[in-house]
Amino acid sequence: MDLSILWYLVPSVIMFAAGVYGFVTRKNMIALLISLELMLNSADLNFVVFNRYLFPGSMEGMFFTLFAIAIAAAETAIAIAIIINIYRAVQSTDINVVDKMKY
Amino acid sequence: MDSVANIILYFVVAIAVTVFSVMAVTSRRILRAATYLLFVLISTAVIYFQLGYQFLGAVQIAVYAGGIMVLFVFSIILTRKPGEKESFLDSHRRAIGISVSIAGCILLLLALFTMPLLNGVSLTDALAAGNQITMKEIGTAMVGSDRFQYLLPFEAISVLLLACIIGGVVVARKR
Repeated sequence: MDLSILWYLVPSVIMFAAGVYGFVTRKNMIALLISLELMLNSADLNFVVFNRYLFPGSMEGMFFTLFAIAIAAAETAIAIAIIINIYRAVQSTDINVVDKMKY
Repeated sequence: MDSVANIILYFVVAIAVTVFSVMAVTSRRILRAATYLLFVLISTAVIYFQLGYQFLGAVQIAVYAGGIMVLFVFSIILTRKPGEKESFLDSHRRAIGISVSIAGCILLLLALFTMPLLNGVSLTDALAAGNQITMKEIGTAMVGSDRFQYLLPFEAISVLLLACIIGGVVVARKR
């Protein structure tokens, strides 16, 4: 039995689909962020798997994932700062409560 | 032909990724969802180790499982009371979510299994085809300015992180 490239891509697809489900259904903003991290993580995993199986001589996929992890850290920090600020203003992190800026 | 240990490790990690990522988006307690996300991130790090990217796995554990999870846990504790559950989803929204994710999943799997690009190389052959990535190579590629080297993105990331520090302080400070 061989562990070919498909074996690693299938869990990644499931992780992405779970992230999409959470992003559509969740109402808490932190839960939305968790779903976002799931989707981002599955994209990172795909970069690495394609790098290892299709272009084993180079390491571009690894570097893309490295930079993606760094950017994800920055994005999460800013998003959490915004969420805490919103919580101070309206005492809730529910996305249905936060619709003041729309009008 | 891959070794039995690799196959067993793959199955453990793949099942962990699948189960915990589904649990992370369906759990009604948000702190538990964050914990399941932590398990998913650690399992992904194990996949990186198995594929031969030791540095990347270490970064994944240090930055994602360490740094980002601490941020998540802090923000959850700051914005919620312990033990508080989320309300039940309305069926309309849940139906949209399930249909979108199942449709996307099926579409992606169909595309995956008909992709002409895929080769039947096993993990052992793929690991043998590439040379071992040493720390020296990573460092040279990270701060070199030649082809396939990443000085500019590296510096851009450092500026981004500085902007992120300032932005985080400015956004979250008490007025």
